[in-house]
Amino acid sequence: MKEFTYAITDPEGIHARPAGLLVKEAKRFASKITVAKGTKAGDLKKIFAVMGLGVKHGETIRIQVEGPDEETAAPAIEDFLKAHL
Amino acid sequence: MLTLKGKSVFRGIAIGSLALFHRHAVATAPRTVTDSGAEIARFRTARQASLVQLQELYDKALEKVGEEQAAVFEVHQMMLDDDEYIEAVETKIRDGNLNAEAAVDRAAQEFAALFRNMDDDYMKARAADVLDISHRVLVKLCGGQAIDYGQYDGVILAADDLAPSETLQLDTDKILGFVTSGGSTNSHTAILARTLGIAAVVGTGTQLPNDVDGHTAIIDGTTGMVYLDPDETTLARLQAAKMSLDAQQAALEEVRGLPSVTRDGRRIHVYANIGSPDDLPQAQAHDAEGIGLFRSEFLYLGKNDYPTEEEQFQAYKRTAEALDGKLAVIRTLDIGADKKVDYFGLHDEENPALGLRAIRLCLTRPALFKTQLRALCRASAFGNLAVMFPMIISVAEVRRCKALLAEVRHELDAEGQAYDPDMAVGIMIETPAAAILSDELAKEVDFFSIGSNDLTQYTLAIDRQQTQLDDFFDPHHPAVLRLLAQTIANGHKAGIWVGICGELGADLSLTETFLRMGVDELSVSPPSILPLRAKIRSLDLSQGCRK
Repeated sequence: MKEFTYAITDPEGIHARPAGLLVKEAKRFASKITVAKGTKAGDLKKIFAVMGLGVKHGETIRIQVEGPDEETAAPAIEDFLKAHL
Repeated sequence: MLTLKGKSVFRGIAIGSLALFHRHAVATAPRTVTDSGAEIARFRTARQASLVQLQELYDKALEKVGEEQAAVFEVHQMMLDDDEYIEAVETKIRDGNLNAEAAVDRAAQEFAALFRNMDDDYMKARAADVLDISHRVLVKLCGGQAIDYGQYDGVILAADDLAPSETLQLDTDKILGFVTSGGSTNSHTAILARTLGIAAVVGTGTQLPNDVDGHTAIIDGTTGMVYLDPDETTLARLQAAKMSLDAQQAALEEVRGLPSVTRDGRRIHVYANIGSPDDLPQAQAHDAEGIGLFRSEFLYLGKNDYPTEEEQFQAYKRTAEALDGKLAVIRTLDIGADKKVDYFGLHDEENPALGLRAIRLCLTRPALFKTQLRALCRASAFGNLAVMFPMIISVAEVRRCKALLAEVRHELDAEGQAYDPDMAVGIMIETPAAAILSDELAKEVDFFSIGSNDLTQYTLAIDRQQTQLDDFFDPHHPAVLRLLAQTIANGHKAGIWVGICGELGADLSLTETFLRMGVDELSVSPPSILPLRAKIRSLDLSQGCRK
């Protein structure tokens, strides 16, 4: 399992459009990917779960990737976050 | 005649027949069903049909308004594809022997509540998206045809508020204007009206009764007034106003896409002043040739802590990329005791206009300044950026700024980070000291931009917020104009370009004077761009001076 944390720098937080793009990115991989903020966690491939976390600017999320393509999925998700959020 | 007052989002006047926007009525009353399997199949069919429809809408919107606006349909598809949402509906049908309509309605309310209970206004508003996708499925379940958006042709459309998906499906070429009882000037309807240049008034607070469908209405986007069944005097008055506004607008449209050049061939750059990357679409809609003043304060205001380098980098990068090679001049932090930012921990000052502000604050707190410079340099690799320092009074200050910039570039080199080593460096000329020393300052930088608002205030020693001083205030004071002329001449002697980014730049009665002084660039608020370009194109500097 791969795991990392990321602090959101986008002033608007994970709002609808980037949430959609993030879900789309996560769906490219077979691994199970979860996103957590504090004690709340959700499936990164589900838009309601991602938006439901209500992640705002400056907050830190924890991403866990587990599955056959975790080696490629984890860095790809991390790059995506850096580029868009 | 009924008169309503709302907020104007586009200065246009529309006169025409009013059409109330009708949504499909959907029946969601709960019924007990015997064959829940068949009911689930009905839901699945309706959901699939909705997904197909959303994909078509996405493709259409992509072509019409671009990816950013079209993305709403992609998000809607994901919502309709979300397992939790599907499970919620199907469980209600299976376990409660409920009809599909009631199940979708209840699931929609549950998911909408999830968003409404969040503590952030933006997320609360996403409840509308859940209701929108559910409504789409319900219309399919009820056997409803798609709404015939084509019926709204040559009318003024009235609605409570329009969902993003609804505004995008309307054939906006055929809509004369919008009036909504709800919505803010930042609602989707408002943004679209502004982008497309359609007369619109939002937030009138009054729901129109059904029987006004087809009645004559006037939307006056110059005042935010809406008149229903106008009397003859009002109608005549607004018809005249509309004619003159349309004529002005048509004259301005003629210069769209054309260079800002005088009849004798002098080329001037007409740029936009903006306050955040969110203003870029407006600047582009008004045909800005670049950004002459990007106020970076928005990154610092309304926050609880300093913006990170990454956050600033993203904002500047977004600006550089959106401009596609056109210049964007980023002014470094201009904050002081007059613009309160708690986390800066600044002391109250007796006279903030003359206090610790702008470059003085930045040079006092080099760490803060360097964070901004690092972000700017990194973003410069993605487009055509320039940096500009405000409130300069001496050559020594400019050298200190440049030394910090050099430090930042060394650090980036050491880290192997990309930046544009040729990024232009300029200063604001907004103190009498800078204008007087402009011959020496010109040798230090690549350009000057004259901030006429502060320059006027400091030269005349008049606080412009003080209305009782209006008698003494002359915006065209000869002392200010002389400083401007001197600054432009000194800039040219050193071979650098000189622009004006204050309010005077948009003052059409001074355009000829500025051009004769030799100004190279004028940066103004986006709506002033086309009028200014039209003025420039009407001038012939080879003819004798009128004054």
